Amino acid sequence: MKDYIYLDHAATTPVDPRVVEAMLPYFTERFGNPSGVYTLSQSSHGAMEEARETVADVLGCSPGEVIFTGGASEADNAAIKGGAFAMRREGNHLITSAIEHHAVLHSCQALDDYGFETTYLDVDAAGLISPEDAAEAVTDRTVLVTIMLANNEVGTIEPVADISRAVKERAWALGRDIIVHTDAAQAGGVLDLNVDRLEVDMLTLAAHKFYGPKGVGILYIRDGTPFTPQQHGGSQEKNRRAGTENIPLIVGAAEALRLAVEEQGTNNEHCTSLRDRLIDGLVGRVEGAYLNGHRTLRLPNNANFCFDGVAGESVLLGLDMEGIAASSGSACTSGSMDPSHVLTAMGVSAERAVGSLRLTVGKSNDGEEIDKVLEVLPRIIQRLREVSGAAQPVG
Amino acid sequence: MKSALLYRYMPRYSTKVMDHFTNPRNVGVIEDADAVGRERNPACGDTMTLYLKIRDGIIVDARFQTLGCTASIAVSSVTTELVKGKSLEEARMIDRHCLGDAVDGLPPGKTHAGVLVADALKAALGDYKTRAAPDTA
Ligand SMILES: Cc1ncc(COP(=O)(O)O)c(C=O)c1O
Ligand code: FES
Repeated sequence: MKDYIYLDHAATTPVDPRVVEAMLPYFTERFGNPSGVYTLSQSSHGAMEEARETVADVLGCSPGEVIFTGGASEADNAAIKGGAFAMRREGNHLITSAIEHHAVLHSCQALDDYGFETTYLDVDAAGLISPEDAAEAVTDRTVLVTIMLANNEVGTIEPVADISRAVKERAWALGRDIIVHTDAAQAGGVLDLNVDRLEVDMLTLAAHKFYGPKGVGILYIRDGTPFTPQQHGGSQEKNRRAGTENIPLIVGAAEALRLAVEEQGTNNEHCTSLRDRLIDGLVGRVEGAYLNGHRTLRLPNNANFCFDGVAGESVLLGLDMEGIAASSGSACTSGSMDPSHVLTAMGVSAERAVGSLRLTVGKSNDGEEIDKVLEVLPRIIQRLREVSGAAQPVG
Repeated sequence: MKSALLYRYMPRYSTKVMDHFTNPRNVGVIEDADAVGRERNPACGDTMTLYLKIRDGIIVDARFQTLGCTASIAVSSVTTELVKGKSLEEARMIDRHCLGDAVDGLPPGKTHAGVLVADALKAALGDYKTRAAPDTA
């Protein structure tokens, strides 16, 4: 057994050694700037275009519709601001949900200063967004709708295609066209990413969520979609994202996506069984334990709970001392004191949200590790409940 | 402490904090307490209840119950040790800075745990005063 149990795959994943292998030559021998005319540059350029084709195959689009970015946050910023600015003569209204990643929420908020307004759609208790609510929110000023494909905290999978169809039909009825973007960062190599089946105009991915390197993202922009670049400079990425392309990371992102999609069936099955072992081993067995998110419409890797009478942070420390890495809420929000905006939007009370714990499994976890967690975690909770005075029998 | 992974968002706690978190002293309730102080930070939700037993102006026993983060549990625990044997005047001098020092410092972003516990102590001392002189309360 490894010296620690990693259960935070929604935060990031280790890079697959095969991906590292694919990247290595582009740091050293094949380091050329892809804009050059000499052979060395052409080798970089070729690798980049091959990577683009690999990604396009997965998304079911043409390679020219794929842009490589510095991560999912950059892709979200570029999509939302780039779409909104390009459409500013058509309107100033955006629609998103209350449970988006901060890369989306804060991008929308940043647009307030430029005269845009955003509607934040409510979710139900399982974290689902209703296509009808989305359609109703469309006005004659709406320019862009952005809804995540799967939530990073509670793992709920959103009906993005239904939402897209609903908002577009409503917009067409009003005689206008709108852009639909989805942040699919949690769904790479896990869910169907075909942009036509998802019926989206823009889509965001982050390589480090599917065993690729950090700091590289993918933004799909459907041909003909209005887009104002957010980063100016050279003519890279067909003038949509300036800056010398990061060839090793781009090669790594594409190879990671290719492998993740190739092994998607096996990995999903493996993760689902570990996830369900966690859920079944805790909910109903530990008093005052609740599952957050949808029981079935959820990512195969995500188990998210609230435990009465404890604070999530203390549980994390307790787990860390046993060599188990987990998170409470989303890694990005753990620095803040406020309860998770996702749980709050789902109607979880502030009292209960304090005790939230996210366990996200990955391809290298095994049943033995899950059993260790099922043995250790109830003990930690019991001990913390004795300290808080909320002691309840466990087991 | 077998800490395999400490994340950016996991504050780096002092050895003293980890000691009191792992082995909190004086956990529980004093049924016939002479003073009780309860505080909740509405932002993070951490909640502490402090129970004091007081004889002739001296705190002779202290117990606590805390639902909260590592820092708030550790500071609660250290506080019960700190106040025992102290006079009420001495206890009144204890503020969040003393409590932070008592656990060899709290990481940035966690100093408000000291505020929570200092407030609970203040509330308990206030409760004692109220009970002693109900009319003037
Ligand atoms: C849904 C979602 N969007 C965006 C991001 C941001 O990704 P990155 O930090 O790679 O920019 C994440 C990762 O935390 C995510 O889960
Ligand atoms: S997180 Fe606020 S006191 Fe612990």
